[in-house]
Amino acid sequence: MNVLLLDGRLATDEYQELADDAPLPASADAIVVSLERWHRDTHALAATGSKVAVRLANTIDVTTLPDSLLACPMIELWFPAFADGRAYSQARLLRSRLGYRGQIRARGSAVVADQLQSMARVGIDAFVLREDQDSETAARALHGFDLAYQGACDALPRVRQLRRSAFASR
Amino acid sequence: MYRYDSYDQKLVDERVAQFRDQTRRFLAGQIPDEEFRALRLRNGLYIQRFAPMLRVAIPYGLLAGRQLRMLAHIAREYDKGFGHFTTRQNIQYNWPQLERVPDILADLASVQMHAIQTSGNCIRNITSDHLAGAARDELVDPRPYCELTRQWATFHPEFNWLPRKFKIAFSATKTDRAATQVHDIGVHIVRNAAGELGYTIYVGGGLGRMPMLGHPIREFLPELDLLSYLEAVLRVYNRLGRRDNIHRARIKILVKELGPAKFTELVEAEWAQIRDGELRLDAQDIESMKSHFDEHPYDQGAADDASFAAHLRQDSAFAAFAKRNVKDHRVDGYKIVFVSLKPRNGVPGDVSAEQLDILADLAERYSFGEARATHDQNLVLAEVRQSDVYAVWQALRQYDLATPNIGLLTDMICCPGLDYCSLANAGSIGVAQDITDRFESLDYLYDIGDIKIKMSGCMNGCGHHTVGHIGILGVDKHGEEWYQVTLGGSAEDDASLGDRTGPAISRADIAEAVERIIAVYMEQRHSEDESFLQCYRRIGMTPFKTRIYAEDGVAA
Repeated sequence: MNVLLLDGRLATDEYQELADDAPLPASADAIVVSLERWHRDTHALAATGSKVAVRLANTIDVTTLPDSLLACPMIELWFPAFADGRAYSQARLLRSRLGYRGQIRARGSAVVADQLQSMARVGIDAFVLREDQDSETAARALHGFDLAYQGACDALPRVRQLRRSAFASR
Repeated sequence: MYRYDSYDQKLVDERVAQFRDQTRRFLAGQIPDEEFRALRLRNGLYIQRFAPMLRVAIPYGLLAGRQLRMLAHIAREYDKGFGHFTTRQNIQYNWPQLERVPDILADLASVQMHAIQTSGNCIRNITSDHLAGAARDELVDPRPYCELTRQWATFHPEFNWLPRKFKIAFSATKTDRAATQVHDIGVHIVRNAAGELGYTIYVGGGLGRMPMLGHPIREFLPELDLLSYLEAVLRVYNRLGRRDNIHRARIKILVKELGPAKFTELVEAEWAQIRDGELRLDAQDIESMKSHFDEHPYDQGAADDASFAAHLRQDSAFAAFAKRNVKDHRVDGYKIVFVSLKPRNGVPGDVSAEQLDILADLAERYSFGEARATHDQNLVLAEVRQSDVYAVWQALRQYDLATPNIGLLTDMICCPGLDYCSLANAGSIGVAQDITDRFESLDYLYDIGDIKIKMSGCMNGCGHHTVGHIGILGVDKHGEEWYQVTLGGSAEDDASLGDRTGPAISRADIAEAVERIIAVYMEQRHSEDESFLQCYRRIGMTPFKTRIYAEDGVAA
């Protein structure tokens, strides 16, 4: 069973993974498919009435995704290794350049307490915790820092903005 | 000094708390070794040959007196009484205990210091000219720009897991003292034809296994666009840099494989999307950053002093020191005093707790409370009134910090080598000492003049051997220590990579080989005004090679 942290709280994962060769669901469901499957079966998937989310490999250039994909309710980013940070840039671009408003979910080896706050900062709002992770430690780690030097896709106060206000009110 | 405000302090304190918790969880078996490794590296902590090694950041090399005292305290309390300055203006401790590292970081935070991002595949310490703010030839003081960059890079959420480490250096002078062209990004602060301030951006320089010089990918970047442009470069690199082979993961390989033109096109396209966004600076951001740095109240009458000249006439030892270790400051009547960490029989870059304390005293008494670390592994008291230089020299001499050898052959750059480092193939400290032993005569050293010998104990090139006028690289041959020699490298504005002399040379013969190289130079140079590097560039490798490998020669 996946442990899903959504908006900082434990949540039930409504999505089922649909393998590339698995049959389409008979009734409306919430499913995650690969990008290949999404391309191949766009219309058939839509016809089931399901909520269809798409999983992206971290080598995909998200700026080339079709608008119709950006209308899907959830995009799952894949972190294949603890130290592979490519999906961070994907999340950032999805949020800040492409204006994606759906759920961005992180899954894979890097989804551990020690990376969650950075992931949240680039716009990821749901985390499928790696199996060995303690959910309380993870939820706490989302708030390790309460300000940031640089702007990103989160609501942490920005040092530069704080300084600008202080400088202006001198 | 850059002075932290409450925001800087809070972030550093939060980082200490984070690492304390990570260390606790690691010791409780909750974080796998390999992952804790990545986390501790981002806090400067390596596990070395004998013990952990902690690398403390000294942003752009600048240190306050109280920071020097804290470094001394850490050397005494947590180490064996000394520290080691590196080629990236940092200091390393070779004997801390893992369990106590969070306490060391807390001590550092109490004096506005840290070890954040001094290792790991992230953006590392920002380095610059060790004479910044004091040099006569600089356009503007680069340090506020370095600090803006440091803050942008610190805990950058998107760029903490890059393909490989990433080093940025700044220079604001024609004479590049920060080796910018061998950095992942080299930033030259310049003015364009219209007189506007901005930057020339070099990308893809680096040492190590495949040394390369950076490519100028943008001739002129306007002053306010610095951070958005850096972000564009990093985003292209994070997305496209190779991750399949650690030896091909630096940005230099990406630039090479795409070609500089294509790489530039990608960066420019990315930049076009973000240049008007949140990262764009306004003039006030730069003013505000400058206001975090102390302004020094220079004594306008300092140049009236006659004692400095009198001491030069009367004391030949002082005159020898002044000739090599004292440079003019941009303010008349002030001098820049180099503290040599290359004494005879010493380890290049090593400093004891006692020496750090005395340097703190001298900085506070004579140099507006500041000292700097250089990438040549020396220190500088950059703001000394000329009337005080004699007293400073006397104090330095008492603590073996006044060797008058700055820029001379014995002012070698040297990595820790096999004595400490788990990556090394060969020793470097012993070789440095052997070479120093061959050049005992100070007169002969002066006669040889400016020359940079740089030595690394392995391919990673921490000792910058590829850009040494004479470069020495330790290699392992069937379990023995051998040395590959290069000639003609330079890290300055005329940057070039050294050429190999030929087969590697044995440990027993490496000092002899250096002596022969110098002998050829002394015979061949037109005059003493022709430096080793100029001479090499004129006469080429052949005469050197012939002599090094002559029959009575060295085992190769």
